[in-house]
Amino acid sequence: MIGFIVRRTLQMIPTILAVVLIIFFIFSVVPGSFLTSLMAEGRNMTNADTLAHLNEQFGLNDPVPVRLWNYVTGLLQFDLGISYRTREPVTSVLAPRLWPSVQLALAAMTFAAVVGIPLGFLAALRPGSLFDGVTMVTAVSGLSVPEFWLGLLLMYVFALQLGWLPSFGYQPGSLRHLILPAIALGVSPMALLARTTRAGVLDVMNADFVRTARAKGVSEPRLVRAHITRNVLVLVLTTMGLQIGSLMGQAIVIEKLFSWPGIGSLLVDSVAARDIPVVQGAVLVIVLWFLIINMLVDLAYALIDPRIKVA
Amino acid sequence: MSNPDPLLSVRDLRVKLGRHGAHILHGISLDILPGETYGLVGESGSGKSVTGLSIMGLLKRPLNVAGGSIHYQDQNLLKLSRRARRDLRGDRIAMIFQEPMTALNPVVSIGNQIAEMFVIHRGMGWTEARLRAVEALDSVQVPSPAERARAYPHQLSGGMRQRVMIAIALACRPDLLIADEPTTALDVTVQAGVLKLIHELCTAEGTAVLLVSHDLGVIANMCQRVGVMDRGRLIEEQDTAALFSNPLHPYTRGLLAARPRLGSRVEGGRKRLTELDEIVPDGARGHDAPTLVTPRGRREARVAA
Repeated sequence: MIGFIVRRTLQMIPTILAVVLIIFFIFSVVPGSFLTSLMAEGRNMTNADTLAHLNEQFGLNDPVPVRLWNYVTGLLQFDLGISYRTREPVTSVLAPRLWPSVQLALAAMTFAAVVGIPLGFLAALRPGSLFDGVTMVTAVSGLSVPEFWLGLLLMYVFALQLGWLPSFGYQPGSLRHLILPAIALGVSPMALLARTTRAGVLDVMNADFVRTARAKGVSEPRLVRAHITRNVLVLVLTTMGLQIGSLMGQAIVIEKLFSWPGIGSLLVDSVAARDIPVVQGAVLVIVLWFLIINMLVDLAYALIDPRIKVA
Repeated sequence: MSNPDPLLSVRDLRVKLGRHGAHILHGISLDILPGETYGLVGESGSGKSVTGLSIMGLLKRPLNVAGGSIHYQDQNLLKLSRRARRDLRGDRIAMIFQEPMTALNPVVSIGNQIAEMFVIHRGMGWTEARLRAVEALDSVQVPSPAERARAYPHQLSGGMRQRVMIAIALACRPDLLIADEPTTALDVTVQAGVLKLIHELCTAEGTAVLLVSHDLGVIANMCQRVGVMDRGRLIEEQDTAALFSNPLHPYTRGLLAARPRLGSRVEGGRKRLTELDEIVPDGARGHDAPTLVTPRGRREARVAA
């Protein structure tokens, strides 16, 4: 178990390096720099001395391979560089953003699981029924509706018209601020989960061991509880893991929309300002989150399915 | 042979595919006496398994019972409430299936899968039920049963899993065991052991067995009486010895002749294996065929050929 965690952690290193490499090259070919974006804000950056000074300060005169090398060696010491904009270490720019993002991702996933899995179950137990039809049509709609539009809709209805919940912003520990963005973010994984669960249940219902259970005289409620659920969970877990993992990345639009001070909104602002060290840091966090969640999912598999062993 | 009251008596059982669809069973009638082993043979698709599943009440839609009756101890199973039928299932009438590899729940330990029988039918607590499950494993000759009870199906071989299935089926000492091709998926070397186990345990408990098989050798070894099925009809029913020595129905004669026999090449030279359609006379199958042939001529129809 511990060996598994250590090994998986070590396996993350090449992935992280590859990601760093890709971001680095993308930003070395993207036109514009931090300085041009300062000029775009109307600051006078024509003074040659100032330009030279800034380029020197941020090491922008070095060739790309040297900058990459410096970045990677810094990374090994958990040094992600200095933000161009705030002149703070990137780690301290990211740190306060982390918890809101994790909170949003977990809240969205909780919503998705709590609503999606039971819906899928109920739909599968009565395939072809009205409930099944309505649920699946809703699920497809949930998957196809753009998040920002849904977010706006939620804001309009629950904040503006009904006044039940705040329309945007973040307060530490405030559940009220969390609800709307979490739902906006959670609808698409919820729809996906409902569909996966339904397919999973229908699949398991046809399994031979379900017939065995019926032959044993097991009642229908017990059949679902003791024989079907756990087998379906194995299937659903894969979808859930991938969803939570990618939620932090998907949250970018929602965070921006709800002025949520997470990694996503930081990423958008930093890209606009060409604050490349922060962009790299933010992407790294999103990638790390994905990798860690995947590892946890693999551990959870071993708990649910005796056929899978982690060692 | 004196005729005691049958344990299970199936009368004119009709099964259809869908409400207006084709008949799968065209009125099956058979009796199973207490403690006897009754063999049901026939080709694939002749309705053997459907008969077994109908008795259990486990037909899957769109298959449905369209008529007839199945009497077990003075009650018509087809008229029972779902609840009452479920209580009988597993407790009084149990079933084992062909595929031991997939018939057990992969994520539940085999001990718990056996123990579940005692929990649902005997109202035991799980602790006590688990102890009984170990005993049950022991009775089907699974080595180191206490240890195996904690194992999961994937850790056992096919033969062992089928033994677990038998332990589950016989846990509540049922009156009737329906064994649907119990050894077909198993290695030949394992088959004999599993059949012997079924035979011994059921004889000891006085459990009647409805053995569904297409393996005539298995039937010959295990059963007192045999019913032959073809295309959803029971076409012949005899005592085993009589059936093999003196098959009455032309289809049965064909079925017996289609067996590959060791040494047949020495006798008759190198030949292709015999196919049923080549040897069964045209009139012996389909609508012109006699419906049921028995030594006593019960329910006799036109006997062709």
